[in-house]
Amino acid sequence: MANQQINSGNPRVDLEYRRKKNAEEMRYQVVSFTLMIFLTLVAFAAVAIEGFTAWFTVPFIILLAFVQVVFQLFYFMHMSHKGHEAPSLFLFSGLGFGLVMVLAFMTIVWW
Amino acid sequence: MSTYAQKKGFGSVIWDYLTTVDHKKIAILYLIAGGFFFLVGGIEAVFIRIQLAVPNNDFVSAGAFNEIITMHGTTMIFLAAMPLLFAFMNAVMPLQIGARDVAFPFVNALGFWLFFFGGVFLNLSWFLGGAPDAGWTSYASLAIHSKGHGIDFYVLGLQISGIGTLIGGINFLVTIINMRAPGMTYMRMPLFTWATFVSSALILFAFPPLTVGLTLMMFDRMFGSNFFITENGGNTIIWEHLFWIFGHPEVYILVLPAFGIFSDVFSTFSRKRLFGYSSMVFATVLIGFLGFMVWAHHMFTTGLGPVANAIFSVATMAIGVPTGIKIFNWLLTMWGGSVKFTTPMYWAFAFIPSFVIGGVTGVMLASAAADYQYHDSYFVVAHFHYVIVGGVVFAVFAATHFYWPKIFGTMLNEKLGKITFWLFFIGFHMTFFVQHFLGLWGMPRRVFTFLPGQGFEMSNLISSIGAAFMSAGVIVLLINVIVTSVKNEKVGNDPWGDGRTLEWSIPSPPPFYNFKQLPLVRGLDPYWLEKMEGKKGMTPAEPLGDIHMPNASFIPFVIAFGLFVAAFGALYNGEKSWAVPVIIIGLLITFGSMLVRSLKDDHGFHIHKEELMDDNDKGVKA
Ligand code: HEM
Ligand SMILES: [Cu+2]
Repeated sequence: MANQQINSGNPRVDLEYRRKKNAEEMRYQVVSFTLMIFLTLVAFAAVAIEGFTAWFTVPFIILLAFVQVVFQLFYFMHMSHKGHEAPSLFLFSGLGFGLVMVLAFMTIVWW
Repeated sequence: MSTYAQKKGFGSVIWDYLTTVDHKKIAILYLIAGGFFFLVGGIEAVFIRIQLAVPNNDFVSAGAFNEIITMHGTTMIFLAAMPLLFAFMNAVMPLQIGARDVAFPFVNALGFWLFFFGGVFLNLSWFLGGAPDAGWTSYASLAIHSKGHGIDFYVLGLQISGIGTLIGGINFLVTIINMRAPGMTYMRMPLFTWATFVSSALILFAFPPLTVGLTLMMFDRMFGSNFFITENGGNTIIWEHLFWIFGHPEVYILVLPAFGIFSDVFSTFSRKRLFGYSSMVFATVLIGFLGFMVWAHHMFTTGLGPVANAIFSVATMAIGVPTGIKIFNWLLTMWGGSVKFTTPMYWAFAFIPSFVIGGVTGVMLASAAADYQYHDSYFVVAHFHYVIVGGVVFAVFAATHFYWPKIFGTMLNEKLGKITFWLFFIGFHMTFFVQHFLGLWGMPRRVFTFLPGQGFEMSNLISSIGAAFMSAGVIVLLINVIVTSVKNEKVGNDPWGDGRTLEWSIPSPPPFYNFKQLPLVRGLDPYWLEKMEGKKGMTPAEPLGDIHMPNASFIPFVIAFGLFVAAFGALYNGEKSWAVPVIIIGLLITFGSMLVRSLKDDHGFHIHKEELMDDNDKGVKA
């Protein structure tokens, strides 16, 4: 709601708290960023290395993509924080509707 | 506030509206533009009924007839019904939640101008070589082969106005999530606000499929691709899916706000809290959700197969359940209330049986096996007019009379309002009731004439006479508007005397900052609660302070205008040598003005506390 009180009134407390919070945030960001780069490399590797069949690589890459999406949403777009219920509701309903459509196109649209 | 009292020249009033970012003025713009397109679509409807009044008529040619029905449907849905509902959402919703403005005033203005230029572009087709003629659904198998530029106007015009609707919907969503006054929890929001919320969410999810469909169609028609062209391996059915994935939610985008308006009208004039408030909210959300799962009921006869038909058939019938919940709640709201029959209440009262008829035929159509009989016959025409006119248009009329004082500060004449009602109500049932039977007797829809001796003459004539009654009703409404504006008798905060929600606690029309102090909301129907405790107005939730307001801006108009220009280039691409330069110029205007908007800081302005106090002392409104 618009009128949430974010400031405690005491500027010092606020500042210290925020500084600590930010440092923590930053650590998460860096960690997840490294992980994401790492996962991307793994994905590339899975494709590049010969010997894996498509039956392994395709599901594997999709799995990695899924993990990436979760990282993206929860660490970079702060979805894990409080006050993001409405955006996540909309994101997931959008995802749901989109998937229903994909399902429909794959099953009932004849070619 | 002084700006209100000043007499302004005509030019400066125009400029004011061209640059406004105030949701109340944008509401008036939507009302004027939507009202204009409603008249245009209405004239087209009258032409259709004149042509079909007698067999073998040659009032218009077959080709012109196709253009008229296409433009009638497209105009009514996209350019009349939606903008008129947007008008009331803009005018009322921010007041109902106790907000000073919408979340994105600039985007709000941009949304209007995009809709407006899209609509103008679409209608210019009449003067530039012929209107679209493949029906408002514009099925690809027909549309791809349509000669001339009609379909191109449809594609580009709807694309532009669609962007406007989409950003308008996003703006409403953010406004409702973020800008509610202290104490205005979700479960205290008036039903019209709830309907706006769910309807905007549907816009958010339903318009992208339309955008995709229109883009593919644009490439097929203008740039030589083959998405829908079967000879080259495309698939024309994909358009139908994309269109109806949008199209069915669209009908709920229209009817949910109508439900919201009626809910508020019923409780106001039954002078009673809405019966079953939480089940109403639940039903609204559920209808919105189910609305996405049923689109293929428009395609039963395309050969989806029995399993798909069965699934979509059952899903469609399921929507009848939450709709039924609503009907009973409205009836029980009136039950035991002290009902006052004002003009808005007339419309609300007549809406129930009319809409129920449309719902019943809807469930009939939903049974796939039976639909093979009804499909593409006048039965379908009767069905959707019963729901759209009996639901949405009735609601627009109700809201026009109900909120007119809040928007313009004057009261529409009740006697004329009731005359409008009777003319329109009788005309409506005359026109559309017989069409059920015409359909069952075998008259197909979208035919430009019929032969004598098939038993269609009498009913078609009755139907056309009904259309004349409806037109007369609309004319009486226009007279009413003129008479009321000329008389210009100003009314106070709560002209109906029974206002329940926050919009009635402030002056009519409200000052441009709406609430001098944000109100404290203590329950459902907050203004009614305070009145019941003998208070005159709302308890403020904050001390008097400076108010931050956005600056007016001409940029939304220019952004939309650029797309309008570019659309002409795209339309004549490959045909005229100036096409490509025009596309480029148009896009430069649009993106250039977006750049200006991004680079130039505009912090808005403050209304100072002292000015607000001045108003109090002089006893000026607010
Ligand atoms: C109980 C709820 C409803 C049910 C079960 C229902 C069912 C149906 C079905 C099955 C059709 C397809 C008929 C055919 O083409 O053979 C249809 C068409 C249509 N319905 Fe409904 N409907 C309902 C409510 C609504 C509402 C609320 C609206 C609008 C506000 C609406 C607007 C339309 C329109 C515009 C069409 C015709 C589309 C076209 O082919 O041009 N319906 N309905
Ligand atoms: Cu439908």
